[in-house]
Amino acid sequence: MNKYVERLYNGIIKENPTFVLMLGMCPTLAVTTSAMNGLGMGLTTTVVLVMSNLIISALRKMIPDKVRIPAFIVIVASLVTVVELILEANLPSLYETLGIYIPLIVVNCIILGRAEAFASKNSIGLSIFDGIGMGLGFTVGLTCIGIFREWIGNGTIFSLKLSPESYEPISIFVLAPGAFFVLAMLTALQNKLKLKSATNGEGAKSNIACGGNCSTCSGSDCAINRELLEKEKENR
Amino acid sequence: MKELMIILIGAALVNNVVLSQFLGLCPFLGVSKKIETAAGMGAAVIFVITISSLIASLIYKFILQPLHLEYLQTIVFILVIAALVQFVEIMLKKTSPGLYQALGVYLPLITTNCAVLGVALLNVQKDYGILASVVNGFGTAIGFTIAIVIMAGIRERIEGNDIPKAFRGSPIILITAGLMAIAFFGFAGLL
Repeated sequence: MNKYVERLYNGIIKENPTFVLMLGMCPTLAVTTSAMNGLGMGLTTTVVLVMSNLIISALRKMIPDKVRIPAFIVIVASLVTVVELILEANLPSLYETLGIYIPLIVVNCIILGRAEAFASKNSIGLSIFDGIGMGLGFTVGLTCIGIFREWIGNGTIFSLKLSPESYEPISIFVLAPGAFFVLAMLTALQNKLKLKSATNGEGAKSNIACGGNCSTCSGSDCAINRELLEKEKENR
Repeated sequence: MKELMIILIGAALVNNVVLSQFLGLCPFLGVSKKIETAAGMGAAVIFVITISSLIASLIYKFILQPLHLEYLQTIVFILVIAALVQFVEIMLKKTSPGLYQALGVYLPLITTNCAVLGVALLNVQKDYGILASVVNGFGTAIGFTIAIVIMAGIRERIEGNDIPKAFRGSPIILITAGLMAIAFFGFAGLL
């Protein structure tokens, strides 16, 4: 398989950030109240991810190793600001509904994770395709969850009425608890079918954020966490 | 005074940061195995969020706004928070080793907690003054602590239960979080 196509396949199917890596859970739960919001958030994140992979990959030989995480954060934060201003000018309704979750893309694990695990080590072309693949994988994940919640909770999909008149929407599914329930069912299903996923690997060994499952996450989980922990160990 | 109370209760209970805004989910799910560690994490979060919302609102009011640089808020806030956490850690280590012993492990983990940045941004979005920002930050952190300690208590109980096989691990925790979110709806009547 062509290595560029392989990157797309890896992002969308093999290491899907929502279903397999379980990254970026905050926006996944918060904005998927409708399919449209999920799609909007996914595409916004994709744009930021592709741009940040491009810039970080282009600068990978210039950024000193010791300050690379702060450098990545500045790059990502600048890109997020640009995207935020563009959205505010051109898609004000989406900007309103996504609200605070747009600037919070900065702290989305997927973006720093890909920067650390892929873009800082690979060529520009490959990094762009990795960004597109991962971004589309995230978009697919969010849209699927959005479609499900909107359908059950509101009887519509992309605001189109798709359920019979007699269907009484279970409105809790578009509220906060519904997000937890949908994700719980998803992970339970993955456990049942023994699908490859971050949640049914080895149990977490320590009490650190993201379950402390750093040994099995191949460095794509919160890169900062791991680094700080290693530093902690040295200091002790 | 009444307004500040409303902000405090609203941030802590009605709009709970984890259960209704989904910020800070990683530590909520990751560090909630034992009540003690959950309380430690909660204390560290209270400490950091209160200080960071003070600093962030000071910077916004006295530097960004007068210079019309509001659009730089995301970049400035994230850098300030990252530096602040490091600074607090060094300060604690030097000045009060006891507190450092208790909170030290959790401090580095907070840099990546999206609740800290989220509160700073929400304060700006809601146009809070400096005092109101600090109260809102404190209330949000209290809400986080309440949620994570309750979660840890429930999880300690769940350990001994006979859970259906597919639901062991994270699914049952997420369902618990969902039920807690329903319970927290009850607080909406408070305001």
